Amino acid sequence: MSTTKKFAGALLVTALGVTTLGACGGGKDKPAAGASDAPKSKTVTLVSHDSFAVSEPVLKEFEQQSGYTVKVLKSGDAGAALNQEILTKGSPRGDVFFGVDNTLLSRALDNGIFTPYEAKGLGEVKPEFVLDGQHRVTPVDSGDICVNYDKQYFADKKLAPPQTLDDLIKPEYKNLLVTENAATSSPGLGFLLASVGKYGDEGWKDYWSKLKANGVEVVDGWEQAYNERFSGSAGGKKAKGDRPLVVSYASSPPVEVLYGEPQPAEAPTGVSTGTCFRQVEFAGLLKGAKNEAGGKALLDFLLGKKFQEDMPLQMFVNPVVKDAKLPELFTKHGVVIDKPENVAPDTIAKNREQWVKAWSSLVVK
Amino acid sequence: MRATVVGFALMALPLVFFGLFFAYPVAAIVGRGLKTDAGWQFGRIGEVLARPDIADVLWFTTWQALASTGLTLLIALPGAYVFARFDFPGKGLLRAVVTVPFVLPTVVVGTAFLALVGRNGLLDQLWGIRLDTTVWAILLAHVFFNYAVVVRTVGGLWAQLDPRQEEAARVLGAGRFAAWRRVTLPALAPAVAAAALMVFLFTFSSFGVVQILGGPSYSTLEVEVYRQTAQLLDLPTAAVLTMVQFAAMGLVLAVHARTVRRRETALRLVDPRRTAHRPHGPMERALLGGVLLTVAVLIVLPLGVLVERSLDAPGGYGLGFYRALEEVGSGTFLVPPLESIGNSLEYALAATAIALVVGGLAAGALTRRAGRFVRGFDALLMLPLGVSAVTVGFGFLITLDEPPLDLRTSWILVPLAQALVGVPFVVRTMLPVLRAVDARLREAAAVLGASPWRAWREVDLPLVWRALLIAAGFAFAVSLGEFGATVFIARPDRPTLPVAVTRLLGRAGEMNYGQAMALSTILMLVCAVSLLVLERLRPDKTSGEF
Repeated sequence: MSTTKKFAGALLVTALGVTTLGACGGGKDKPAAGASDAPKSKTVTLVSHDSFAVSEPVLKEFEQQSGYTVKVLKSGDAGAALNQEILTKGSPRGDVFFGVDNTLLSRALDNGIFTPYEAKGLGEVKPEFVLDGQHRVTPVDSGDICVNYDKQYFADKKLAPPQTLDDLIKPEYKNLLVTENAATSSPGLGFLLASVGKYGDEGWKDYWSKLKANGVEVVDGWEQAYNERFSGSAGGKKAKGDRPLVVSYASSPPVEVLYGEPQPAEAPTGVSTGTCFRQVEFAGLLKGAKNEAGGKALLDFLLGKKFQEDMPLQMFVNPVVKDAKLPELFTKHGVVIDKPENVAPDTIAKNREQWVKAWSSLVVK
Repeated sequence: MRATVVGFALMALPLVFFGLFFAYPVAAIVGRGLKTDAGWQFGRIGEVLARPDIADVLWFTTWQALASTGLTLLIALPGAYVFARFDFPGKGLLRAVVTVPFVLPTVVVGTAFLALVGRNGLLDQLWGIRLDTTVWAILLAHVFFNYAVVVRTVGGLWAQLDPRQEEAARVLGAGRFAAWRRVTLPALAPAVAAAALMVFLFTFSSFGVVQILGGPSYSTLEVEVYRQTAQLLDLPTAAVLTMVQFAAMGLVLAVHARTVRRRETALRLVDPRRTAHRPHGPMERALLGGVLLTVAVLIVLPLGVLVERSLDAPGGYGLGFYRALEEVGSGTFLVPPLESIGNSLEYALAATAIALVVGGLAAGALTRRAGRFVRGFDALLMLPLGVSAVTVGFGFLITLDEPPLDLRTSWILVPLAQALVGVPFVVRTMLPVLRAVDARLREAAAVLGASPWRAWREVDLPLVWRALLIAAGFAFAVSLGEFGATVFIARPDRPTLPVAVTRLLGRAGEMNYGQAMALSTILMLVCAVSLLVLERLRPDKTSGEF
């Protein structure tokens, strides 16, 4: 028997085994599923989007203290992950879902996928983040989508960087800004919503006409805008990006510092504080959760100081709990956005598609 | 009659596989979109189709796919010939390299291509040519992705065609071109058609490339399906668009079936190692040079950009980014690179095994020409190439949710989804070769007392071994790079290489960018090395027995 034939035989056997296994219901997963059926389940499952992250020691500590084992399932971006939850309403894949933001909140609540639960520590949350009085969702983090600027460029040109949305349509900033497709990209949508928040349901179109006349460039996603076209980022420098203004996050400058090699004394980029849209991310206990008690404990953990203080350096977002301390990186290189633009979640839900369509025909067509 | 029975028997597993993991989930999600409490909403079909923006998207999707297919054939057919008929140093390596684009995530390919054709890119610096935000960038990137499809599918068969037949025609007085057109082309037609079909389906469902290189003003059906399903949860619209995808694919498959079926004949297949020779004469050297230049500019150069950036560490060229990969922090966001290589290889091996078994059995059954039903199945197996990953992923979610099939959060769903895309490649690569095996050889074996299994092993296997390896290589590369379906399946977090690269690129900072480039380079190496190893496999007992 030659090795090749053995190899081919092994392949065949594996494939058949794997296919039959698939066809008869994945024996491998049975123990876990069985365990979560048990009255006192020891596994609690968190379903989230691809960007979810937590430090290993922080998660371990929760597991040791609570006695639960945490299983994390990630699927797609925030929109896809939530829509999957809506489709599986009633027989969810996990106990807690994390990652509904304020642009998607109404859809989540209208579809009734969450069971109300008032998490321990909710009293410590800054009241502006508690958007659902029935506590079907619990705010966990917030972040701001803002225009970032290349400090070097503006220093060389002896030009003050723009600070507000109004600044961006001034002639001195012509052909400098790159943003993302609002139809497919989350920061792209956030920037559109910032303009809606500032100029209202009608005024934003006028603003974008002027922005277009002032040479705004629209690319597909954040990766292209920030890593290819923006002149201030590490990637953009290599790709010879020549746009000194980009729609990104308020946390991007600290991240540039953190992942600089060696870490620069000062962030190479800054934030135009008057151009921001605030995103708040929520978590909730899923209706039909197999392990409700575990899910509740997990929600308490998400609002706990340990997780709240771990988040900034894992997901580059801000805590929502009052006394959570920001890491030095954020206090030194980050900015606090005092007056972000805001649009109510149900207004977003009602108008989102129509705004995006109008925006597309106005700006990219 | 017996042929039909055997055909059905071979077909059983592929049928179950296709039905459970494709037809049922997709039908369920389309049904969910079109059926409300008030009954079926077929009126939605007309409504959606009447929208002018949808008509635009459909038109653009179709013509860019046709143009991409044409351009890919034009550029890659000479390559197929050169790889099939010429011996030159580094041929095996180069054949592996042209397949590498398959495994790269589209964001990475976007980066590489923008460095070539974008603002301040190489062409811009040399000649002031910028192609980004034009349709040319999209078309060239599609050639970049699909070059290997043509080279492997067509070249695989071409290498096994007996060159003496063409030589005989020339001895009989036919000119070089006439001999090629009359003898070789008809023999190749099924493989060319198969390659064209796959390239069309691939580019018809193109997603990232179109938007990254063309900009937001270009949109394909695939993008719309994704938006409607994953972002807006407008399932009725998504369902109609999915049906449009099916209709378009059905049309193409029907055309393909009509043009190809009549041409498939038994061919005289020989050992590929005997047909290749060193290029001689100025014509052949020029052809080889031209093909090598094309490959260098269109494929090696963009890949080279990624390698260059992975080495361009702070403080001069070096392995800084690779070393940094070792020190990935203690979070759940990333895993050490070695682990993601392991994850990738495990998934890809499982998916390849599934695809080979399912696709191999299907190809075996289809060779037997057992009636209309089986032939229709041939077309069905191609469909996963042209249907959105998000449709399949969401379909899994609402169908595979009850015991005994509660696979929603199982790891096995990932290789199963990847195998769906691998199966068409296996079938399309194996079928032209299997059909070319002269039935009289099998009959002769039977007359000499061989069992059907033995006849298959002694007659078919040696002749199709090469096709089998090519098919395995395809399935492996497709699974290694598969991203769409994988990302929509909720799975315990075991990031594959493409997923890890995409995550790194989604964060700011020099180290993240550099490590993304380093991991991409590792992904390319893993792909190339695996393919080289795969091509070395030969059924040792039978080698040299042609």
